[in-house]
Amino acid sequence: MTTFTPLQSLFGGLLIGFSTLLMIRLLGKIAGISGIVGQLWSAPKGDRAWRAAFVLGLVLSPLLYALLAPLPQTQIMASTPWLIVSGLLVGFGTRLGSGCTSGHGVCGLSRLSLRSLVATLTFMAVAMLVVWLVRHVLVAG
Amino acid sequence: MNGVIALLAGLIFGLGLIVGGMTNPAKVLAFLDIAGDWDPSLAFVMAGAIAVGFFAFKNIGQHSKSWSGWPIQLPATTQIDAKLVIGAVMFGAGWGLAGFCPGPAVASVLTGGSQVWMFVASMLAGMGLYTLAVRRGWL
Repeated sequence: MTTFTPLQSLFGGLLIGFSTLLMIRLLGKIAGISGIVGQLWSAPKGDRAWRAAFVLGLVLSPLLYALLAPLPQTQIMASTPWLIVSGLLVGFGTRLGSGCTSGHGVCGLSRLSLRSLVATLTFMAVAMLVVWLVRHVLVAG
Repeated sequence: MNGVIALLAGLIFGLGLIVGGMTNPAKVLAFLDIAGDWDPSLAFVMAGAIAVGFFAFKNIGQHSKSWSGWPIQLPATTQIDAKLVIGAVMFGAGWGLAGFCPGPAVASVLTGGSQVWMFVASMLAGMGLYTLAVRRGWL
């Protein structure tokens, strides 16, 4: 369905790694998106500006990318009701589990946290199971 | 200055997600579909990010200070508890349903169309619900 892009994906990963390096070494913060976004409003006043600035950068990044190359497609396959269910689960689950793909998957694994390893293996396995159920069990063929 | 650094870090993070293919849910689902037409690309995103991340977090002590003077805040919890596992199960289920995790969804708000807004709005609602549940003492 989609093309295997090992070098391009590796390069994307290096950029993400470099961003986490800037965040921890220059600002002392973990580049965990669910934590940054989830506490954008609930964090104490002095702890909000850097979050807003990071999120603004993230939101504006496709505009910068589009100056250099055509943007890749955003192909959404889920129907609207499932998108809403998915969003609620992702939002609540990442906050309850203290992290997502970036906080646990990148930062946590980078600092060899056992807690993040358990979280990452869990959400990867469950996501793969859900995709398997949706694509190969519930839908014949 | 710290705001500029955070803005730059956000831009670079977003560029990495786009270059890596994470902002296309179809590609994410193809990575998660190991029984189908598997696209292992996203394992390379993880590998690249952790390769740099490993050095980013190397030799950081509990009381280290960052370049800006702000203390380096590493998560204090090391306990593997029910909240961690249940939260990861919920997140995994949501991720598998649509192929969006928080970063790529936020990075697609301006360019991904109205379905992305729908997802991000629900995600923010889920996060808000968690904050509410904590404040009410339900969790």
